[in-house]
Amino acid sequence: MSALLEVSGVSVSFDGFKAINNLSFQIGNQELRAVIGPNGAGKTTFMDIITGKTKPDEGRVVWGDKSQSLLAMSESKIAQAGVGRKFQRPTVFEDQSVSENLMLALKKSRNPFSVLRFKASAEDAVRVEELASEIGLSGALTRKAGELSHGQKQWLEIGMLLAQDPKLLLVDEPAAGMTPSEREHTTDLLVEAAKTRAVVVVEHDMEFVRRLDCKVTVLHEGSVLAEGSIDHVTSDDKVIEVYLGR
Amino acid sequence: MSELSAGAIRRKPLVVQYPSLLIFLGCLALFTVAVTVLSEGFGIGVISTSFVKTLGKTLCLCLVALAMDLVWGYCGILSLGHMAFFGIGGYAIGMWLMYARTELIVIESLANQALPPTAQEISDGIATQIFGVVGASEFPPIWAFSHSLTLQLLAVILVPGLLALVFGWLAFRSRVTGVYLSILTQAMTLALSLYLFQNDSGLRGNNGLSGLQNLPGLGDVPQSVVSVWFLWASALALGLGYLACVAIVSGKFGSVIRAIRDDEARVRFLGYPVEAYKLFIFTFTAILAGIAGALYYPQAGIINPAEIAPIASIYLAVWVAIGGRGRLYGAVIGAAFVSLLSTWFTGGQAPDVNLGFYTIEWVNWWTVLLGLSFVAVTLFAPKGIGGLFDLITAKRSPDRHGADLGPDAGALREKEAET
Ligand SMILES: Nc1ncnc2c1ncn2[C@@H]1O[C@H](COP(=O)(O)OP(=O)(O)OP(=O)(O)O)[C@@H](O)[C@H]1O
Ligand SMILES: [Mg+2]
Repeated sequence: MSALLEVSGVSVSFDGFKAINNLSFQIGNQELRAVIGPNGAGKTTFMDIITGKTKPDEGRVVWGDKSQSLLAMSESKIAQAGVGRKFQRPTVFEDQSVSENLMLALKKSRNPFSVLRFKASAEDAVRVEELASEIGLSGALTRKAGELSHGQKQWLEIGMLLAQDPKLLLVDEPAAGMTPSEREHTTDLLVEAAKTRAVVVVEHDMEFVRRLDCKVTVLHEGSVLAEGSIDHVTSDDKVIEVYLGR
Repeated sequence: MSELSAGAIRRKPLVVQYPSLLIFLGCLALFTVAVTVLSEGFGIGVISTSFVKTLGKTLCLCLVALAMDLVWGYCGILSLGHMAFFGIGGYAIGMWLMYARTELIVIESLANQALPPTAQEISDGIATQIFGVVGASEFPPIWAFSHSLTLQLLAVILVPGLLALVFGWLAFRSRVTGVYLSILTQAMTLALSLYLFQNDSGLRGNNGLSGLQNLPGLGDVPQSVVSVWFLWASALALGLGYLACVAIVSGKFGSVIRAIRDDEARVRFLGYPVEAYKLFIFTFTAILAGIAGALYYPQAGIINPAEIAPIASIYLAVWVAIGGRGRLYGAVIGAAFVSLLSTWFTGGQAPDVNLGFYTIEWVNWWTVLLGLSFVAVTLFAPKGIGGLFDLITAKRSPDRHGADLGPDAGALREKEAET
């Protein structure tokens, strides 16, 4: 399996504090991966580096068949290349309706002049409806995103990610603030999404990760502590010590 | 898929989506016809020519306020330099007006000579006339195109547009946002005005350009008629400007810039080149401002560097805030209301208030009143005058326990938003 994304030897420090320390990570084209680790392990920072928000002090981040370096690219270029991201705190456009949010995310030209001429076609409208029903917001299309509950905003953001149709989906704690049945639905969506693309899920909840039933990477103090199946990592002594044994 | 929700997603005709568009254009047309009928030049003469000019100028201020609302209210860029573009538009058209009229005067005065005047004599004559006040008698290079109306009209659009493009590119590329961007735009307008104050700037220093109310070759047409022409032109420009702004904000482009206003980092992660969008809006609004200025100053008759002082752009932001940011008609109402009120107060028409121990003279106290109203609007009625329309349509603000609608400095505040 050829790698879609390859991160190698990446380090970042904030005012001397090493948030990411010589981290290496690989993910294939259609792979689901869970990333776990205690608070402050560097999970969010790891996503910041891939999406271009934070530039690492050293290391390489290589993307796609053509082995492009993501480090030289702007956030918007990286997103256009096919990296979608869901933030830890739900971030949707609160002053805009659910359908406007989804329409913004829909995979279309991002060029200002084509956006200026853009008219949603019937297919676009149907696609937005489909996405809305997938995320349980069919009845809320015209409601402003700011009025939604925390869980619904999480959903909307997941819907926006799916609308973007990225090659790599980075999801930071998608299930926070969701009820158990909503969590189950989220797992299904993510597993489904990973059939056609790469998905990286950061999550604290071990049950959730177990249900994803995929390879797990454990981060600790900015580097990979262990990697393998959930049973493999949960029986690893180092992992038990820093994470599970608390 | 139900008809209803599909309709909600697909783009409907502008007027259906924006019912205020028709109302606005209707009011503007009605206003223009009414003023024409009441004017001295074309109607029964109830309104004085100078008041027609005031109204025409007000329409131009509404147009520049519209630009300000687009850049600040919709895109979240608090530019405090847009009156610089307005002034540049005024200077660009003023140069042609002054040149062409002086040319006619010089040719006329040289007509009695035995020999027909040479082109050089005419040119020198014009230069002496125009630049005598700053002790020069030659055309500065900046006047190279002033003989051509077409070229100066192009300059009305191109100079503000290019300046905004270069300035915006530098600022947005370095991700200057919020207060820093506002300060930078203030610095830009201050630098421009200080430069123009110099006698060797080529634009007559603090004298500015004058006599702009006289249209070259139309000396026989009385001002009462010219003033109504300009009112029509200003109304047309405002109407078209409004239409263009509605077209921009109503579609997906509008959705993108409002998203940038509230949370630009998030927009980047969706793959939109945020800087390009900001640059587009900044440049487009600079051009709108330039056009507004080009229509304003022939009605004012004079332009000088004080018009570009930083305070002018701050006033512009105040008008938009008082009118209601983020709704186009709000900006228009704010500009019209405040500038007309200002004319009334500073024109000495407002009766002084005698408090016994102190007399409030509005000529001096108007700015204080304006400042207080600005503070009051910001604190107690963030939706501004435009918010009154929400009372009619029974729109409410969301209850967000004080949270803004996005993390950015320009994001809508809770009380500015609608559910
Ligand atoms: N911009 C920054 N400036 C300074 N320190 C930072 C910055 N971003 C992250 N850090 C630090 O880097 C470390 C890793 O943070 P990060 O947010 O990546 O952790 P995390 O694994 O996502 O934790 P959590 O599970 O709490 O979300 C933390 O100690 C954090 O304080
Ligand atoms: Mg985190």
